[in-house]
Amino acid sequence: MDMIEFILNNQRIKTSAHAGITLLDFIRDHQQLKGTKTGCREGDCGACTILVGTNNEGRVDYQTITSCISPLGNAHGKHIVTIEGINLPKELNTVQQAMADNYATQCGFCTPGFVVSMTGFALNSAGTEPAEYHRCNDAVSGNICRCTGYKSIEKAGFQVEKKLLEKNGNQQIEWLIREGFIPDYFATIPPRLTAMKREQSNGSTAGSGHSYQPGTITNVANGTDLYVRHADRLADEAVRLLGNEKDLKGISFSNGICTLGANTTATEMQEHPQLQAIFPNLKKFLKLVSSEPIRNMGTLGGNFVNASPIGDMSVYFLALNATLTIGKADGTERTIPFQAFHKNYKEYDLQSGEILKSISFKSFSKNDYFNFEKVCKRTHLDIASVNAAGRITVENHQITDAHFSVGGAAPIPKYLAKTAAFLIGKTVDPKTVSEATEILQTEISPISDVRGTAEYKRLLAEKLFLAHFVELFPAEMKGY
Amino acid sequence: MKNIDSYTHVRGESLFVNDLILRHDALFGLCFDSPVAHGKIKSVDYSKAEALEGVVKIFTHQDVLGENQIGGIIADEPLWAEDEVHFWGQPIAFIVAKSEAIAKKARALINIEIEKLPVITTAKEAKEKGSFINAPRSFNLGDAKAAFADCDYVLEGETFSNGQEHLYLETQGCYAVPLENGTIKITSSTQGPTQVQKTAARVLGIPMHKIEVDVIRLGGGFGGKEDQATPWAVMAAVAVQHLNRPVKYMLNRHDDMRMTGKRHPYTSFYKIGLNKELKIKAFTVEFLQNAGAAADLSPAIAERTLFHATNSYFVPNVSTTVYSCKTNLPPNTAFRGFGGPQGMFVIESAIAAAADQIGVNRRAIQEANLLSEHDEFSYGQIARQAEARNSWFTAKERFDLEKIEAEADSFNQKNKRFKKGVSLMPICFGISFTNTPMNHARALIHIYQDGSVGVSTGAVEMGQSVNTKMLQVAQSIFNIGYEKIKLETTNTTRVANTSPSAASSTADLNGKAVEMACNSLIGRLTTVAAKSLSCEEKDISFREDFVFVKNKKSDLSWEELVGQAMLERVALSENAHYATPVIHFDKTKEKGHPFAYHVYGTAITVVTVDCLRGIYEIDTVKIVHDFGKSMNLGIDLGQVEGALAQGIGWMTLEEIAYDENGRLLSNALSTYKVPDIFSAPKTIETIPLETEGSELAIKKSKAVGEPPLMYGIGTYFAIQQAVKAFNPNYKLKFHAPFTPEKVLMGLYETEEQNHVRQNGKTTDSNKKEIRVRK
Repeated sequence: MDMIEFILNNQRIKTSAHAGITLLDFIRDHQQLKGTKTGCREGDCGACTILVGTNNEGRVDYQTITSCISPLGNAHGKHIVTIEGINLPKELNTVQQAMADNYATQCGFCTPGFVVSMTGFALNSAGTEPAEYHRCNDAVSGNICRCTGYKSIEKAGFQVEKKLLEKNGNQQIEWLIREGFIPDYFATIPPRLTAMKREQSNGSTAGSGHSYQPGTITNVANGTDLYVRHADRLADEAVRLLGNEKDLKGISFSNGICTLGANTTATEMQEHPQLQAIFPNLKKFLKLVSSEPIRNMGTLGGNFVNASPIGDMSVYFLALNATLTIGKADGTERTIPFQAFHKNYKEYDLQSGEILKSISFKSFSKNDYFNFEKVCKRTHLDIASVNAAGRITVENHQITDAHFSVGGAAPIPKYLAKTAAFLIGKTVDPKTVSEATEILQTEISPISDVRGTAEYKRLLAEKLFLAHFVELFPAEMKGY
Repeated sequence: MKNIDSYTHVRGESLFVNDLILRHDALFGLCFDSPVAHGKIKSVDYSKAEALEGVVKIFTHQDVLGENQIGGIIADEPLWAEDEVHFWGQPIAFIVAKSEAIAKKARALINIEIEKLPVITTAKEAKEKGSFINAPRSFNLGDAKAAFADCDYVLEGETFSNGQEHLYLETQGCYAVPLENGTIKITSSTQGPTQVQKTAARVLGIPMHKIEVDVIRLGGGFGGKEDQATPWAVMAAVAVQHLNRPVKYMLNRHDDMRMTGKRHPYTSFYKIGLNKELKIKAFTVEFLQNAGAAADLSPAIAERTLFHATNSYFVPNVSTTVYSCKTNLPPNTAFRGFGGPQGMFVIESAIAAAADQIGVNRRAIQEANLLSEHDEFSYGQIARQAEARNSWFTAKERFDLEKIEAEADSFNQKNKRFKKGVSLMPICFGISFTNTPMNHARALIHIYQDGSVGVSTGAVEMGQSVNTKMLQVAQSIFNIGYEKIKLETTNTTRVANTSPSAASSTADLNGKAVEMACNSLIGRLTTVAAKSLSCEEKDISFREDFVFVKNKKSDLSWEELVGQAMLERVALSENAHYATPVIHFDKTKEKGHPFAYHVYGTAITVVTVDCLRGIYEIDTVKIVHDFGKSMNLGIDLGQVEGALAQGIGWMTLEEIAYDENGRLLSNALSTYKVPDIFSAPKTIETIPLETEGSELAIKKSKAVGEPPLMYGIGTYFAIQQAVKAFNPNYKLKFHAPFTPEKVLMGLYETEEQNHVRQNGKTTDSNKKEIRVRK
């Protein structure tokens, strides 16, 4: 039987537990570490936040994840850090002290999650850059507190940020240990992970392929939405963990085409310099998509096959007029336009044995413009009522190419073919846009549900379409 | 002083029920609940579930040895349904298995046949059908009917405020363990340990002394664990009684949201009359409270709605009536504010409607009617130390309201896509359980022979830092180091017959008891010290861990003194009982003096609406709040900010939705959104109003738990003002929460649409077709 091996806090773990159980259950029930709390089991409250450290050639990079929707198997080869693992023996660490100083803990139930998120922030902060009040807020964007109203937590975050200004970017871990952010065992982790990997590559374990059974295997990338709905089943049945499959990872540019592996996370997109150049507002867009831990986990492929009619990344890539590459059971590949992937509500073009490999789109010229919009009840960490994206090419004031998509307004993420066709050859002005919205209305068919009435979604889809032009062409759209 | 639990909280070392290490033979419970909102149970087939490996026993009403009844105020709620079910999520059976996963699998194997009966989801429908919990209540002052005749402006209207999910981060849960001789110890996440004990004894058919309830702390309660922590604990206790093995039951989030009650939705019909000077001369309201399927605390909550129907205004002629309407929703329950916010929303709406009609600023009417000293409330109490005007004018002055309003006006003139709105929200909230007999508490204090101190009270720690305040009270009398004093868990064997930790009054009631017990102990120790130091008792004082004589430090330390008291066989334990003096209320006349005192304050809220997308941000909330003499400003400010955020959530994005079959649609954190760090106001500024405080408040530090929640109501009216600034055709609606949907629809409604959308199609879930796509 395959064993899963990793370092949990300062302790080496080798377990034969089912790879599909949640990390949260492993931490709380198998290891009896009770500081990580169970709040919602859908990644929406952050009480179960932990850190995952990945060894990148001797340097360990830490990310926050919500352990309630993450498979244990993905811990293989990593450093998993819970609140217990960042406690200093006899005193509060710097983040904890800031929380206590600012009255940022009331009932205490959400607190460990906040402390872990802020410690993740400290581990990732490059230091020596100017303080921005809200940067630490981004780090705790996945943590819900029902007691404080957040202002005290924000103050604690600010106190942490101020301290981090003194950080020396070259000796991150050493500095953090010296300044009391983390215990000193962190310095020993990189060599220990390297050693563990060496032992494994000697043939001792495979970890990620735990308990294969032909026929009923569920493909799991990083968990997230799959675990929201099927955590109980995945704890029993066979899972194939895709997290470590190298050919599903990576962002590359070649011949003017950008290709992203199906396992690319929003965080990986957000931090990619070339994508940042194409999408100057990339961070702003992806901040609307989810909280930081979910951006660290959720993959493009997962979002596409989840096939939610309001899937943010589906809507994003539809407007990029992207192409999907699908790996077939026989090892060959086929490609389809992404517009053709979603067939009907939760139905999509993926046969048994097939797997999403990558998605690609034509890179941008200076004439290409892109915008993404999303409105929900709560601006952040929420599922859209309606989301929308648009890619518009304008040459000499004339629209030469256009692609639009909208989510929450049809049984599938909707590619607005007619609306786009109408705009080709037109100039950008309020009248043209207004005429286009009439066509848009004929292409959508929203229903009333808990995220809004059909009537609202129609109005919202129209306004978000308008918002693309207002955002991208303020001069032409003067008056809005 | 910081929250005394800070150290363990931030390290993840604080213990909650779910963190207890279980006995090796512990079992796990799970509720099987009704899959319809109303119906007759024809048959339930448990055979497949019972046959599942690892299932120990499935409990139903037939296993109840005492009474299958958990209703507190009215005995109208069975622990487990017998022949009928009255709400979706009503407990029918309790599966006990070797693991939670097995129990879940077993639950899926239960087959139930139910004959569906008509479902009522709204209070309006219940009223039409004459479906009530109890008789309506009415408060009257003056002669409202007659007074309308003399008014220059008279308006009528309808308002709706939706329910609210508590969303305590820690779900409901308990762990019950058999001791000897049939005694059961229940560790429960409850605000009302005595309620759990009493109800368990009743259902199990055993005396209360056989049930010990222990509460370490709660991961949030907000009223949701006042009455509704009880059934789960009782179910576990029933199982322990039969199996003689420990049983743990933690509700998962979906079960918790589906099965528990929430803040009451209210539909209200008001009539308001004003004269030319903008004085409100007459005000009547008919409140329809959506109580859900059983009484729970609804009658008490309905009562408090009447107490706060005029908020912090003096209205000479008032007539208010409340109906607790029985529907097929889970029994709605206590939630911070306890009916008060629902009452205040109506008069604030009426004022907004009147201002719109008359063509004046809303705050002009508010300001013209603020309570003054000696004004009479509709329930007969006379306002004393009334700070309504003080807090209002202090807020205007200290925060420079004129400038805030001028800036918003100028912003609105310059911007088309973004509009700002400004509102003022005064509050006046009465402190005490309105049911006078509940206003009592006890404290049991032990001074151990090494000088360390243990304090037990009936107060439950749920994040409000009541334990920190209790420690402060004891410390201020003993004058010993904080580390020498420990707050014990809340346990029914140490402090019995307690009222729940609720009504903002926990610190007052229990703090006064702590004060009394400490004073008795210090009195006895003074006698010992005087004898030991051969001086007079009046010269003795305690400071810095030592006895002082005539303000000079003696050689006698606290520890030595306690040792001497032991040798002299002086009692080092004390139990004290406190009952709030002065208060009384006659329900037959609906008049009296129910509140120890009132808490006042005023909030200024500024919002910015994005008129393209229909979303909004709260720029700032600036508050002048009457803390009295705060004994811990850091903690009290945290209460203000947290309550405000909850109030804002209730008024903006927290939207409970049931479909027409009574099924909860907003049943998870993915569909029910509470404020996150970005939806909190960008700034919150709170200035403590310097007031004398009340003798009936602990150390003159006024209760702070609930009142600031109602500042959140101001956000509704600030958003409304911004929407109106963008769209003059927008017709004011009073239908909370003001979700982005209602904002966008309001921004773009045309005059013709006004009529159609009057009652907000969006939340009238009866009429809308519901499907969920996710």
